[in-house]
Amino acid sequence: MTLSVDEIFEKICTVIAPFNKKNISIGKDTVFSIDLELDSLTVMDLLSEIEDEFDITVPLNMLPDLETVGQFTEAVQKLLAKDLEDK
Amino acid sequence: MPLDLFDKFDPILSEYNSLPDGEENPFTVSMEKVLSPTTAIINGQETILAGTNNYMGMTFNKECMKAAQDALTDQGTGTTGSRVLNGTYNSHKQLEETLKEFYGTDHAIVFSTGYQANLGVISTLAGPKDYVVIDADSHASIYDGCAMGNATVVRFKHNSPENLDKRLSRIRRDNPEAGILVVLEGVYSMLGDQAPLKELTKISKDHKAHVLVDEAHSIGVFGETGRGVAQEQGVEDQVDFIIGTFSKSVGTIGGYCVSNHPKFEALRLVCRPYIFTASLPPSVVASAAKALELIANTNLRSKLLGNSLRLNKGLSQVGFKMGTTGESPIAAIIIDEQDIAVAFWGEMIKEGVYVNLALPPATPNRLNLMRCSLSAAHTFEQIDFMLEKFELVGKRLGLIQKTSERALA
Repeated sequence: MTLSVDEIFEKICTVIAPFNKKNISIGKDTVFSIDLELDSLTVMDLLSEIEDEFDITVPLNMLPDLETVGQFTEAVQKLLAKDLEDK
Repeated sequence: MPLDLFDKFDPILSEYNSLPDGEENPFTVSMEKVLSPTTAIINGQETILAGTNNYMGMTFNKECMKAAQDALTDQGTGTTGSRVLNGTYNSHKQLEETLKEFYGTDHAIVFSTGYQANLGVISTLAGPKDYVVIDADSHASIYDGCAMGNATVVRFKHNSPENLDKRLSRIRRDNPEAGILVVLEGVYSMLGDQAPLKELTKISKDHKAHVLVDEAHSIGVFGETGRGVAQEQGVEDQVDFIIGTFSKSVGTIGGYCVSNHPKFEALRLVCRPYIFTASLPPSVVASAAKALELIANTNLRSKLLGNSLRLNKGLSQVGFKMGTTGESPIAAIIIDEQDIAVAFWGEMIKEGVYVNLALPPATPNRLNLMRCSLSAAHTFEQIDFMLEKFELVGKRLGLIQKTSERALA
């Protein structure tokens, strides 16, 4: 099963919801550290939830390039595509 | 105009500048004179040291001091060189023999600090095609070892065998042949909790991963001969690499890694934090070797854990919210508000007790902690003095109820 970008984005928004303490509206431009006011440790916790949601490995090495929800969505899409390729 | 390189530190500087000035500032405190493993003069006042990780009280051990003094006189103040050039004396090799004997392993490598041992071993062992899998609450030296290496880094939920299993299963599904290093700590320093090594090593081995355990806070403290938590939990044969430090129970400075891996000595040729730094001074080497001998042959563990239990129980009895229970040498009070935690530290130092103020991100779950590390050298009188002062300050800051209110509640 291949998820579309929008489906991935929707799922990520669901995972983010409990971290969205101020209930702001989430878009692809939402920045974790600024808009959601998450510190680096919380972003790592979020990353862990996303790994489990999509059953993928998201290396910590990618973290510096994952500042926005959109970047996260793209990364997940690539990792899912790579998994499919490997199979 | 080009950016000032220091602009990025403005947020942390502004937080730092909001701290109290003078003797109440936890980040500018210094020891005017250290009197013993458990006392020092701070701000002109004799102070009980309740947060120095000096678990065995080894820093003033007569035999260790004598060994260090002899080595200083005979061999000078320093080696001025790398282990792979002029910095290997017979005593460095002898210390490695002592470690092999202490752990019953085939190999031992000594580093100049514990930080460098983690930095060096993790960054070198796990190469570009390998994976390092670390506990979320790992010490900074473990995170830095990952950052310095080229491996893919994956993090699992603190002490969760199920969460580790999920991650290892995914890695193996994608990469059946990859080398995997799982990094654990025997005791996590902030709350003193042990890793469930039986479960974690079993899962790691099921996925054909190597296991490294950092026993920095457990050497001397746990296990029948003081080797640490792997010995205590009976899983030493499941652990491929043990890392440790001389800077806590051993009472000096330095780090090490021991292993039975047949190719372990290769690290001496490729591990940069081992190669590109000066080796330990002879006096440090001598006192470390003596302390290891004393740790293996004297049981200070029951005294140490008895001390910790007394402090933990006492703090919990007067009503503090505790992060620890006394099963390790750590006693940590959880304080919800950061400014109260900072003020608590300042009041304690004025009352003559030095503890650690531990704040996020160095703490798990973003806790603010007043963290004590006990020593076998503490007397019950000293612990009761700490308890008295904790209670006094706790009431002063409204963290615990006054005795009369408690009786009524």
